Parts: sequence; C-alpha cells; structure tokens
Amino acid sequence: MNFFELAWSILPALLRATVVTLEITGISISIGFILGILLALGRVYGNRPIYMLTSAYVELIRGTPLLTQLFLLYFGLPSVGIMLSPLLAAIIGMGLNSGAYQAEYFRGAIQAVKSGQMIAARSIGMSKFKAVRHIIIPQMLRLVIPSWSNELIYLVKYSSLAYLIQAPELMAQAKVIAAKNFRTFEVFLVVAFIYLVIVLILSKILNILERRLRIPGLQTQAV
Amino acid sequence: MLETILKAEQLHKKYGGLEVLKGISFEVKRGETKVIIGPSGTGKSTLLRCINQLTPPDKGRVWLDGVEITDPKVDINKIRSSIGMVFQDFNLFAHLTALNNVRIGLAKVKGIEKQKATELARKELQRVGLGDKASSYPAELSGGQQQRVSIARALAMNPKLLLFDEPTSALDPELIGEVLEVMINLAREGMTMLVVSHEMGFARSVANEIIFMEHGVIVEEGPPQQLFTRPAHKRTGEFLHKITELYGESGR
Repeated sequence: MNFFELAWSILPALLRATVVTLEITGISISIGFILGILLALGRVYGNRPIYMLTSAYVELIRGTPLLTQLFLLYFGLPSVGIMLSPLLAAIIGMGLNSGAYQAEYFRGAIQAVKSGQMIAARSIGMSKFKAVRHIIIPQMLRLVIPSWSNELIYLVKYSSLAYLIQAPELMAQAKVIAAKNFRTFEVFLVVAFIYLVIVLILSKILNILERRLRIPGLQTQAV
Repeated sequence: MLETILKAEQLHKKYGGLEVLKGISFEVKRGETKVIIGPSGTGKSTLLRCINQLTPPDKGRVWLDGVEITDPKVDINKIRSSIGMVFQDFNLFAHLTALNNVRIGLAKVKGIEKQKATELARKELQRVGLGDKASSYPAELSGGQQQRVSIARALAMNPKLLLFDEPTSALDPELIGEVLEVMINLAREGMTMLVVSHEMGFARSVANEIIFMEHGVIVEEGPPQQLFTRPAHKRTGEFLHKITELYGESGR
C-alpha cells in the first residue's frame, strides 16, 4: 500500500475523530469567550475585590501548564468524588484555560478603546453597564480579532493534549491506527495535514470576518 | 431670561495635593450663553465636569432646574441625559455612523423606538447641516463635521443645558467657523449654553456674560462689553488683551 492508498483508507476514521477535535475546540473556545469577556471586564472595571479575584484566576491559569490542569480535572477530581468523562474534562479544562488567555486579549482591546468613548457615553446619560455594552464591547470585539485568531488556532492544536486524558480525538485515533498498522510516520503525516487544513480554513474565515466588520478609523493592527 | 436653570455653589475639587477648584459659585439663567475664559490649567474643564458629575466635586452643590444634582440620591444618569456635553476632541463613538451616534442616546437611554429615534436623529443632523453625512463613520468626517455631529448628539437628548469644553481648540483654523456658526444659531434659538472657549469673537458677540477664571477661582464675571472695556480687575484686562492679540477677536 503506497502512502496515498494508506491515507485514503485511514481518512474516514481520522475524520470522525476530527469531529471530536472540533467539538472540543468549538465548545471550549465558546466557554473561554464568555469567561474571557467577564474576566476582562472584571480586571478593567471591577472594584478591588473583583479585580483581585479575576487577576488571581488569570495568573493561576496562565502560570500552570494546560496538561497539568487537564490531569487535575480528569485524574485529580475523582479523589474528591467528581468523575468527569474524558471529553467533558477536556472541554471544561480547555474552556477554563482559554478563558484566562482570552481575558488578556480582551483586556488589551478594551484598553485600546479611547478613554473619551466612555466619558462621552456617560455624558449622554448611559449607565456604566450600558456604556460597556453598547460602546466599549462592540469596539473591543473589532479590535481583538487579530489576537483572538491566534488563540483559536492555538486551541485547535492544544486540543491534541486531550489525548493524554483519553479523549477520543484526532491524536488518540491516530495512535490507535498506528498501533495496528505500524505505519506511524505516514499516519501522523496525515494527522498533521488535517490540523493544517483546519487552521488554514479558520484563518481564512477570521480574515473575512475581520474585513466584514471593519469600520474606518477603528482599525485592528495585524499581529 | 430670568429663571435660573443652573446654580453652582462653592465647588471645590482637588487632584492629589493640587486644588483645581477653590470654591466656584455662579448661576446660568434659562436661554443664556455664558462663556468661561482663563489661562490653561485653571480648572475650566474640571468645572464643566463637576457640573454634570463626570468628575464629582469634593465639596459644593449644583442645582439643575431646581433639583440638587449633587445629592447622592438623584439618578445621575437621568440628570446627565438632560445636560448635553461637547468635547474638545469630539469623542464620537468610533464604531457608529453619524446617524447612529446621534440616535444611540435616544434609543438606549431614552428608550425611544427605532423608527422614531431614527427620524429624530436625522432631524438633528440636518439642524447642524449634515443631513447628507448620516451614513459616514467619524473617521470619514472632517474635524468640523465631527464636532457638528457631536453637537447633534447632545441636542438629540433635548437637553436643558449644553456644556462646551473648548469645542474649537482641536480644529484646524478653517474648520472653526462652521462649528461656531452652529453654536451661534443655537444661542439665538435660546439654547442655554455654558462654553469654555478662547474664541473671543464668539464670546464678545454671543455671550450674555463672560466668566474669567484663574487659579481655581472666578476672578471676574460680567457682560462682555464690561469685561472688554472696563474690567474691574487688572488681571482680566491683561488676559483679554493677550488672548485677543493671540487669537484675534473676529471669531475667524
């Protein structure tokens, strides 16, 4: 069997596992998105206790390896009676992790919004909440797209760590296949190619999104 | 012209050790235009922000239309929606078109339904001569146009009082005229305005009264004619002389 025949024969199984990879990535980036916005708002606008709490969370998560966090969730939590499935542990772990990183991107973008925007919003009678919701967040989301794109792409690739807690994603499936046919090199070449295609497609989508949402004078700087 | 719409009493404000306002008291009557002048760093902008509580004063009280707005119990957002503010660097919402800049306060603060809010916003844009720029974003407009949109944004809220914080200072000289023209029309229409400005021509021809501030206190206050021709204080005369020499008084 040459490489292409091999690739063709293992592709269906790998693509089924790719769906799991995309699920893990998609759900955890969404959890991280919401968490990240809340954390960023807490760090920028929160009072002292909220600032301390959100900052502590971000530092804690960013200061420890993702793999350690996944192991704590999957292998550690059962000792206190909480059993998570591999998939759930991966999604929760990566969501909580991504939230901390996204928070930093969001925080940077909020701080890039000119201070006069908030003052003007308050001057027409908006509450702080309304000003954040209608003025700050819409601008922040546009400014954050380039750096946020990086986070999404990292997350696609980091989702492979979920293999180490037995989640049935792309890497795990590849390992199973390679163990059977001993064509390790070729199998992981195909896997690398699949990751590459996902990343390229996502980059393209985000590029289009950035262009569509572009507003004169509210430019995002390329990273 | 007799009813007091704004009253400030003994306003004090300190930043760190620096006392910016040292007990400012004055009144503005309905329909009146008052111009505040004075050297930079004198607390003029701080004074404006103390009035709508964007910067709460440390001491002193402010009344708007008989309601004490320095009272912690008042809904300050509601009060602010009835005090328009125009900034030196416009501060238009960068992600919104000219029309939406004017409309957003109507929609999100006053809760006016979309169609009605759009209609009102269009009317305000026309009022400042920018009906044809409704769909332009701030960055696509000249400084003068941006400032006119920001005046329309303030007007849309149907304010009892308009505050102007050096509205022409960030503009290229050839753009100042169009903004002043809008302001002059507003004054003639009977809008109550409190204007921090170095535009002596505007002050002289439009202001009912000029307030001269220096080092956090009001040095002198009176009709333009009086301040320009026979000021009670030597400093007032010196300052007016200097500023007129520097900027001219034609209003450009």
